[in-house]
Amino acid sequence: MANAREVKLRIKSVKNIAQVTRALQAVSASRVRKAMDTMFSTRPYANKAWQVLTHVARQPGRENLHPLLTKRADVKNVIVIMISGDRGLAGPYNSNIIKYTFEKFGKYEVPAQFISIGRKGTELLHRRGMNIMADFRDLPAEPSFVDVSAIGRLAVDEFLSGNADEVYLMYTDFVNMVKQDPVMKKLLPLEYETEVGLVEAEFGARKDGASASYLYEPGQTEILDEIIPRFTALQVFQAVLESFASEHASRMVAMKSATDNATELAGLLQLEYNKARQLGITSEILDIVGGAEALAK
Amino acid sequence: MTIRCEIVSQDRLVYEGDVDIVVSPGIEGEMGILPDHAPLLSILDFGLVRVRKENQEEVFTVTGGLVEVQPEIVTILADAAEHVDEIDAARAEEAKNRAEEILAGGPPDGDIDKYLMIEAALRRSNLRLSAIKRYRSGRRHIQTEPTGESD
Repeated sequence: MANAREVKLRIKSVKNIAQVTRALQAVSASRVRKAMDTMFSTRPYANKAWQVLTHVARQPGRENLHPLLTKRADVKNVIVIMISGDRGLAGPYNSNIIKYTFEKFGKYEVPAQFISIGRKGTELLHRRGMNIMADFRDLPAEPSFVDVSAIGRLAVDEFLSGNADEVYLMYTDFVNMVKQDPVMKKLLPLEYETEVGLVEAEFGARKDGASASYLYEPGQTEILDEIIPRFTALQVFQAVLESFASEHASRMVAMKSATDNATELAGLLQLEYNKARQLGITSEILDIVGGAEALAK
Repeated sequence: MTIRCEIVSQDRLVYEGDVDIVVSPGIEGEMGILPDHAPLLSILDFGLVRVRKENQEEVFTVTGGLVEVQPEIVTILADAAEHVDEIDAARAEEAKNRAEEILAGGPPDGDIDKYLMIEAALRRSNLRLSAIKRYRSGRRHIQTEPTGESD
């Protein structure tokens, strides 16, 4: 039988844990709100930009339009950009995206190089002996486009210089507070079939069947050189924002259930403590009564 | 027949609606876009985007970006965009004065990036202020309307 003092100590430590997790939960709650705000406010732009890119990629003769749109016949190398968190205690957030990445690229048919965002992901890639070409960590809590655009540019440069023939983006899509899904997006060369339900007006669907190609102002090369790398970087930026919001949401939910569990456990221990204490008192009384009766004889 | 117009800036959706005509500042001159326009991609200049529906006109300032035209939709991806009624006149004025003050003291030595940044800020403030001067007072009625009609 556990003695009362031991149980009391355990209650104290469980309550301490509950306090810590409750604080973490509160912090995550405020962070997730901020992250959601940023994410939702940049979503329209990112979606429209992606839409424009797919329109561009849908044009007839896309193969020769721009190197970033050109599919390579022979894929010898791929780059995988994986976005995870810097910190743990975020429920299944880190393990989900990492597991999904290994599922896809753990044994890929061609060599895969990784660009890792987030300390947790980097650590695991290291442990598994993966080839990490760049790792980014400690991004600001509210990143701006400038903070992240370098990552997108790096991917674009590697693709253009021929070090990689395809670039994939692995991140966590924020669906809502309790649902975040790891997703894979092919970043380069641009896939134009992938997106669902975004093209209301099919490209070039003019009733008179006029030319389906764009007119460009100033010129085609100037525009495409400007927008394709930039919008690609923008996709990375949006993915980072989605992942951040997902991380905070996931941590908040995990911390909430940890707090609940700790509170419940504290309750059970309290009962046990009460029992132990009563038992102690009963046996003391028995002692005294026994002693008194012995004296009376 | 109308054309759909969507204006998004990097941080929000600024405007969407079905309109009769969109006038936007292309890099090679102002363009009016009517429904059923040929597909077009153009870099946006600093300037005003005007959107007309029946006889109501909405005016926005944009500071560069991209415009994509499809037969049924115009998408304006602006680096920054504001409805003329949203502009904070006092702030724009203050920003203008600050920029002018710095530039009056001669170009900051050697730091060309900084110089360009201040200059761009000045252009933005001037654009905003002139937009206010010309278009403030909410939904403007177009001048060609028959006179004598009360609002």
